[in-house]
Formats: sequence, structure tokens, C-alpha cells
Amino acid sequence: MIRISIRKKLQLAGGNGQLNIDTELPDRSFTALYGPSGAGKTTLLRIIAGLLQPEQGIIEVNGKTWLNTSKKINLPPQKRNIGFVFQDYALFPNMTVLENLLYAQPSNGIQTKADELLNKMGLQNLAHQKPALLSGGQKQRVALARALMRQPEILLLDEPLSALDDTTRQHLQAELQNLHQQYHLTTLLVSHHVPEIYKLAQRVIHIDAGQVIQSGSPAQVFNLHDALQGINLIGEVVNVSADEVEILARQNLIRIKPSLQTTGLALGDKVSIHAADLSLQKLS
Amino acid sequence: MDYQPLWLTLKLALVTTCCLLLVGIPFAAGLAKSRSRFKPFLEAVVSLPLVLPPSVLGFYLLLAFSPTSGLGKILDSVFSIRLVFSFPGLVISSIIYSLPFMVHPVQAGLEALPSSLREASQTLGKTNWQTFTQVLLPNIKPALLTGTILTFAHTLGEFGLVLMIGGNIPGVTKVASIAIYDEVESLNFSAAHLYAAILLVVSFCILVTVYLTNKRLSKNRLPI
Repeated sequence: MIRISIRKKLQLAGGNGQLNIDTELPDRSFTALYGPSGAGKTTLLRIIAGLLQPEQGIIEVNGKTWLNTSKKINLPPQKRNIGFVFQDYALFPNMTVLENLLYAQPSNGIQTKADELLNKMGLQNLAHQKPALLSGGQKQRVALARALMRQPEILLLDEPLSALDDTTRQHLQAELQNLHQQYHLTTLLVSHHVPEIYKLAQRVIHIDAGQVIQSGSPAQVFNLHDALQGINLIGEVVNVSADEVEILARQNLIRIKPSLQTTGLALGDKVSIHAADLSLQKLS
Repeated sequence: MDYQPLWLTLKLALVTTCCLLLVGIPFAAGLAKSRSRFKPFLEAVVSLPLVLPPSVLGFYLLLAFSPTSGLGKILDSVFSIRLVFSFPGLVISSIIYSLPFMVHPVQAGLEALPSSLREASQTLGKTNWQTFTQVLLPNIKPALLTGTILTFAHTLGEFGLVLMIGGNIPGVTKVASIAIYDEVESLNFSAAHLYAAILLVVSFCILVTVYLTNKRLSKNRLPI
């Protein structure tokens, strides 16, 4: 169980603000932090890692206090057993892939851990390459493997997949899922990507301007409806002509052939569109 | 032909460079990390030798080292060390004179590294010393090489400061640049030519080596 209670001044787009977070991460859970840029997501991750200090706060990890400002306890990052995957990967350019992993190995670590992780991430053939020669997805795998070397108590992922193309992103999502199932690491993922969060996380914390807006399961937070209830798109009629009716639903312009249902519709009418009216096409 | 001034120049440049590696790198690291209000003042002090005439620096150092006053008096009476007109005096003044040539490239190299490299190393449980020696320094090799070589080459070419502090004592403080001046003064142009040509060729070769090596090293770096 990880207990977090943080107050920290934030520089927001609209002036000064405060990061106010009180939450608990259950053991072995996968939690996503969702919110717009500058909401304080990365700041929270850096505070948990010990790279930033809040004005006030308590962080307790499995009964150990990492931070307690009223008791003047603040463990440096080195003393907190974390795995941090940075947005820019932060691989050491002077070391090969294997050396990057071995560097992370604690002095009492198991010698074969690096090999095991290289195998698991499909990186055996790249073990002796320098990071500069790797693709984005490969760098991301190395960064993940390196973060897992110390068997961290919490894995912090700062938008790890945001710079990758869609296919690589999907592969890595699946790998993250596998890793989580295998190592059962308590994980905190910063992400903007709703499908990604839905796939990976059991719980989402939605923050904006430093405040928790909502937290719960992805379906609750994103207001996702069960397909059995039918998809309801609410829209407004923006054009009616002899051969089509145009409806604007959120950002989508939907054109429908005139039918019995559309007779009597006029400009500005509110309508709902149901799943049965829509056709489906596979994109990739 | 007397080769002693050339050897002395080489010795001075080598000793100065080694000392500056020991002094300059920690100094540059401190400046790169510092967010102090006084940082601009320290940076200005480091850069002063770039803009001051060597005679100004030499004059003040001469006063400071003088056995009749200040620091020089203490050194002379307590430790029996006399820095004026001596080789150690030359080394100390060269270190001050070449400080910006070591500190600037190393500081710029460290500041250009993404902070995530240092932070990643910290989150992997490594001490600041391990981070500095195993992650930061190896990733600024081009800057280290530039600093080392420029310090060396700059010390080879020192003239005004050496003349003020060291004078012209053969075998002790008479370096190549002063020997050239000496030979020209006594209208011995052939010897002056030889010293000058050797300094020119050596300096050129050193600089070409820096640029060639930096080109090779930069291939391995991440596009940051």
C-alpha cells in the first residue's frame, strides 16, 4: 500500500496554483494519472521519486516513510526503491544496452537478472549496441528493463509511450500488461491516451490544475457506456436537403440518407443517433 | 641551438594542464550545478583572463607573490617558498591564466546534458560521485578533450604573464615564447625562426587533433 498526501506550489498557465493530492495506491495495482499538460502529473511523479520536494506532504510505501515534511523526513531518490521511466528515456549514451542494465544492478543483485530482462523484452540481439543506434520503441524497452533491474516497490512511468508510433505503442502496451501480470509491480502511469489507460489501468486519477477531479475505474472516469446499452451520440441537425441530412455530433459531421425517420427534421433539432444506424470499418 | 626553452615550455604546459584537470573539472561542475545569486560573479572572475592584458594579471600576481608583502611574505617566512621568478610561480600563474580554457568547455558540456541522465542515475540508487564519474563525465568527452588541449596549447603560447612573473632565467623560467623575443632582440633571427616555427607547427597539430577527435566522438552521442 502506498499512501500519498502532497501539497506543492505549481506554476500553472493561468498563474500560481497548488498541487493537492491525497490518494492511496493499493499493492500491485496499476493506476493511471490522466489530465491536461501542466496539470501536475509529472510533478507528482517526481515528488514520489524524490526528485522534487513538496512544501508539505507524506509518502508512505509499504509501511516505510519516504517523506514526512512535519517530521523532516525526506529520503533522497537513491534511498527510495523506485523504477522511473523518463519521457526522453534517459539512457546513458556512453554505455551499451547491457551496460545500462548492469549499471542499474544493486551490489547484492542477481547476476542473471539483466539477461532475463533482455530476453523478456526481446533485446538479446541489441545487448552490445549503444542507445544512439536504437529505434524509439527499442529505447523504451531498454528504459523499462533498466527500471525493473532493482525490483522496485513502485514503477513510475512518465508518458513512456507518447513519442512512439501507433503500432509500436500497441506492442509496448501489451508488453507493459505482461510485465505487470508477471512482476505485479505497483505502477503509476502518466498518460493522455484514453484507450491506453482503459487497456492497462485498473484505476484512473484525473487531475486538472493540481486538483483531483475524479478517480475510479477508467469506465467511470471517462464516462464510457456499456455497449449493451447502445451507443448514443447526441447531435444537432445542421443541414437538411433533398438527398441528405447532416448532423453535428461533438466534432463529427454525420450524413444520413433521408428516410422515414428523418422526415419532419428541421435545422437546429436535437437528435440522438444509435449504434444500429452506424456502420463499422477496420482501420488497421 | 638551445632546446631548453622548448622543454621548459612543454613541462610548464603539461604541469599546468594536469593541475587544471584536477582544479578545473570540480570547479566547472560546481558552476554548472549552481543556482546561486553569486554565480555570475564567479563566472566573470573565471573569464577575466580572457579579456585582461596578461600584464595586468602579471602585475597583480607579482605584487601578491612578492616576498616583501602579503601572501608572498607569509609563504617566504613560514614555508620558505618564493614564487616570483621561479617555476612553481609560473605554474600557479598559468593555472589562473588558463582557467577559462578548461572551465568553459567543461561547464558548457555539463550544462548541455539533459538533467534526466543525472536523475535517472539517482533513481537507480547511485551516489552523486558514481553519477558524476560514470555517467556525466564519460558523456562530455569532447568537452573534456577540448578543455585539456586548449589549456595545453594556450599555456604553450603564454608570453606577457611569464615575462612578468618569471622573468628570463635560462632553465628556470625562460620558455620558448620568451626565447624568441630574446633572440629577436639580439638580432639572432635564425634561432627566432626555429623557435617560432616549432611553436606554430606544434600548436596547429594540436588543434587539428582536437577537431578530428571531436568529430569522431560526436558520432556516438545521442542527438539531444
